[in-house]
Amino acid sequence: MIKTDILIIGAGPTGLFAVFEAGLLKLKCHLIDALPQAGGQCAEIYPKKPIYDIPGFPEVLAGDLVDNLMEQIKSFQPGFTLGERAETIEKLEDGSFVVTTNKGTKHNAPVIAIAGGLGSFEPRKPLLDNLSKFEDRGIAYMIKDPEVYRDKKVVIAGGGDSALDWSIFLADVASQVTLVHRRNEFRGALDSVEKVQELKNQGKLNLITPAEIIALNGDDKLESVLIRKISDAKEEMVLEVDDFIPLFGLSPKLGPIGDWGLEIEKNAIKVDTFDYQTNIPGIYAIGDVNTYPGKLKLILCGFHEATLMCQSAFQKIHPDKKYVMKYTTVGGVNGFDGTKKEAPKAVVKKIE
Amino acid sequence: MTDIKITIIDRDGVSHEIDAPTDMNMNLMEVVRSYELAPEGTIGICGGMAMCASCQCYVESDHDLPEMSDDEEAMLSEAFNVRDNSRLGCQLHISEDMDGLKVELAPEDL
Repeated sequence: MIKTDILIIGAGPTGLFAVFEAGLLKLKCHLIDALPQAGGQCAEIYPKKPIYDIPGFPEVLAGDLVDNLMEQIKSFQPGFTLGERAETIEKLEDGSFVVTTNKGTKHNAPVIAIAGGLGSFEPRKPLLDNLSKFEDRGIAYMIKDPEVYRDKKVVIAGGGDSALDWSIFLADVASQVTLVHRRNEFRGALDSVEKVQELKNQGKLNLITPAEIIALNGDDKLESVLIRKISDAKEEMVLEVDDFIPLFGLSPKLGPIGDWGLEIEKNAIKVDTFDYQTNIPGIYAIGDVNTYPGKLKLILCGFHEATLMCQSAFQKIHPDKKYVMKYTTVGGVNGFDGTKKEAPKAVVKKIE
Repeated sequence: MTDIKITIIDRDGVSHEIDAPTDMNMNLMEVVRSYELAPEGTIGICGGMAMCASCQCYVESDHDLPEMSDDEEAMLSEAFNVRDNSRLGCQLHISEDMDGLKVELAPEDL
């Protein structure tokens, strides 16, 4: 069981900054995120987009903002459970909570801060009959272990980076790789597009465009897909496959957190703006995931909410301790790793 | 004149004739949100970067709309429920020549 002071669900900018504010109060944090890397939307959806409304940064790339936050919190040694989704919550007799992920990892903390943004990112599923019937029986939306596809006949659908990158990777693993996309153009990194072109020219990859998969066939498991060319002729073909991997990107879902007994309004968690606590004492919600009168889904608002949440969490964890907020210009930053950052002492020298 | 009339058919099939400002740097997705014609969290999820298709709509009137950018075209090529008259609301900047525009919101992308 992972134990910490504040368990943060969601490792986007708000969750990451909460680690810093908690660290100033000597509270330890652990973060859970369904994505395999920290940064949330900033890292997953728009790492290369410039943001112009982070105070003090006239312009910063979303990906760079995440890198900076990771650097800022490094000395507070946050723990991470990445690639796992917070699934269930349970309250113990001592008032603390246990949060278990979809992979069974358990986390125990007296305070939970939900910084889940729009929710956890789930694969977007194509609208096909029998789709669920073949899930894990030939259809997967994420590739966890490429070896599963060794010497198999695989069809991939999609036109983004993941469709291109996995087509390239599996071309060397699977016995046959077919990439189906609705357009002739792909919107991936240029070198990926060129690599796919090269594999196609070498006959190592089947490319069917513009086309889409319109039906799935098989008894116990997927045996073939029906592909329709998007052209005037609407030519259709049956392709025998062992596996079909639709890669149509990710879409956020509030997911299991929606069933934790929290008050939900407009797909967001209602909080008290005094300290961003939810209707369940000890569970806070900060950043895009919360709602209150006047709410704005801005990163800078998430930072503010994280800061106030930590003050309240401190009171909750240490009800008997006296504390007043201290400026970092006065107190410096004392890392849990023994590092200390502080303002250099002014040199006092007499003028003769 | 800074407002234009737009007809928006919501996801339940209800038609709304609304005033949309042309001087507020707004796009169609934002107008829909400002009138709360689709629940928060089901439209404009990416914030208007053409990186999701939650604001997809079908253009019913024959307005001459600005051409699709590569980003919009690419997103719609991966979206679901796409028709020939599909556009992303977030890429349609409200302008005076859109007066009388009629659109239907595409089903929620589940």
